[in-house]
Amino acid sequence: MTAGADGVAIRARGLTRRFGQLVAVDHVDLEVPMKRVYGFLGPNGSGKSTTIRMLCGLLTPSDGEIEVLGLRIPAQADALRPHIGYMTQKFSLFEDLSVRENLEFLAAIQGVPKAGTKRRIDELVAQYHFGDRQQQLAGTMSGGQKQRLALACAVIHEPQLLFLDEPTSAVDPESRRDFWEKLLELADAGTTLLVSTHLMDEAERCHRLAILDRGVLVADGTPLELTAQLEGRTFAVEAADPRWAQRALVDVPGVLGVAQVGNTLRVLAADGSDAVARRMEQALAASAQQARVVPASPNLEDVFVAATRKGGADRERAA
Amino acid sequence: MNWRRLWAIVVKELRQLRRDRVTLAMVVGIPAIQLVLFGYAINTNLRGLDAGIADQANTAGSRALVLDMLATGVVAPVARADTPQELMAMIQRGRIGIGIVVPPDFERRRIDGREVAQVLVDGSDTAVQAAAAQLAQTPLDSAAPDMRAPLASTPVGGRISVVGFYNPQRRSALNIVPGLIGVILTMTMVLFTAIAVVRERERGNMELLIATPLSSTELMVGKVLPYVAIGLVQTSVVLALGVWLFDVPIRGSLLDVYLASGLLILANLTLGLLISTRAQSQFQAMQMTFFVFLPSILLSGFMFPFAGMPKPVQWFAEVLPLTHFLRLIRGVMLRGAGLWEMWGEVLALAAFTVLMMALAILRFRKRLD
Repeated sequence: MTAGADGVAIRARGLTRRFGQLVAVDHVDLEVPMKRVYGFLGPNGSGKSTTIRMLCGLLTPSDGEIEVLGLRIPAQADALRPHIGYMTQKFSLFEDLSVRENLEFLAAIQGVPKAGTKRRIDELVAQYHFGDRQQQLAGTMSGGQKQRLALACAVIHEPQLLFLDEPTSAVDPESRRDFWEKLLELADAGTTLLVSTHLMDEAERCHRLAILDRGVLVADGTPLELTAQLEGRTFAVEAADPRWAQRALVDVPGVLGVAQVGNTLRVLAADGSDAVARRMEQALAASAQQARVVPASPNLEDVFVAATRKGGADRERAA
Repeated sequence: MNWRRLWAIVVKELRQLRRDRVTLAMVVGIPAIQLVLFGYAINTNLRGLDAGIADQANTAGSRALVLDMLATGVVAPVARADTPQELMAMIQRGRIGIGIVVPPDFERRRIDGREVAQVLVDGSDTAVQAAAAQLAQTPLDSAAPDMRAPLASTPVGGRISVVGFYNPQRRSALNIVPGLIGVILTMTMVLFTAIAVVRERERGNMELLIATPLSSTELMVGKVLPYVAIGLVQTSVVLALGVWLFDVPIRGSLLDVYLASGLLILANLTLGLLISTRAQSQFQAMQMTFFVFLPSILLSGFMFPFAGMPKPVQWFAEVLPLTHFLRLIRGVMLRGAGLWEMWGEVLALAAFTVLMMALAILRFRKRLD
């Protein structure tokens, strides 16, 4: 299958999923380029998992159109399955099978050519460092090892497209870094990856990013594009008593968010004008604070706060 | 249908089963324990029932009749009485289960060909009633006696004596053991598959499986096959113990016994699969299994004679796989019949299997919604 002639792996328009009264995913438009790591950033319950499940044909959308690798989903979901790998949020391999048995099972199910199965499994065992653990039961492994095994199983048939639903939620930072190295290697080798996460440092590693908030797509772009949009709107406030300073700043008009980071405060303003900075200085002076406001370069957390605050405010106004 | 994927499911199931020591132990343990328990405990052939005797005639003939009855061993005399009323009082108090009354005009009745004696029965226990019927068949020299069981108010026994052909000693084990194969298979097989699919849903394996090219048919058939083997192992355990402990004969061919068992195994496994596609949790699957299990035991003819049930219940019982299996297995093991002489039952089990499998495959959706 030569899908996505235009370099687009996934295209969704007006994607909507309702569960009774609840709208879990609300008219999401999406375009995922080929051979890239595309991130889904959003808090729990923002509709990331539901969207992923709809994209790989496990859930039927209430509304909207999906095209994955040139196939219409869910109608052609069966034709899509051999070309995708799916790593579920919860560990979904067989805990009472060994590492090798799990790999063997998925190789057979995914139709890895029989002659090449042993070679492919040996390759994955080496690549994912399971050399001395092949006979260990999957259920007895640590969170990080389980995630690695799940990834190895998800890519056993070398899928063109890989869906990963919060793959590192139960993993320590060290294992997470290793895991992401593997993901980027896969992308280099030509796999398209769609990864959901609620962690900023993971989002930063993605080539492209979509931010979901309560089922609505509130931002979409490369991490650089997204942060560039906030240029001039982020400040660092150094204060002798950050807690006090935070209280003084929260209610200043034009301040979207104040977060304490160590001994400094990170402030996100509604716009990049000098007016907000001046008002902040006034507020700090009024509460007799020893504080200094300096511009800071925006990061993804600021993007996230800006996107979700704005989205929430817009919707409240609309309601 | 892709054979490699099907085989992968079978291998996976067997590997999982091999690591599940408790289940594995139950595969052999349940049939062994149940066979020994039921084989010895379920005994519809009562012996040594407490009996009271009121021989009002007290002639040589009447004494001979009473002795004949006692000689069967069904009753053991514990009390003597002068009148039927005394016996009835004893039954009411629970002192005796059976009363034997020989009226004063015993000899006259015998000559006239009227009923010569009465057996009073505690009708609250059907097993005791059956024992009384057996007593009533005690042959009486030349004239056949006709006796009544007044408390049950239905005539039992009669001028025609019943001769037991296939189980002349009326040994319960003969009926119980072949039936027990069916009961054990019904209990374990339905539950195995009923839980098999739900468990994967609960553990999250299902979300992985349905995102792969694996088809519903491959998954369903792959889940059934390993348990067919398990079921045949259980059949062997019950058969071996039945022959060894209870001397149960296998008068037909052993192959037919296994074929019949295989049919029941498949019917039950596919029924379990259907349950599995409906149930949301293992607990629900378990409850639905027992919903099937209890009528199977009570209505299939395992516990109570099929012929004795009202027509509508009989129709319902015809739906249960165990009903057909019992006819097959008793035919093969006790009467030495060939499986194809009872092709109707074979067909019923096969049709049930195909129907359940088709429904399960149709109902199983490769979707989460």
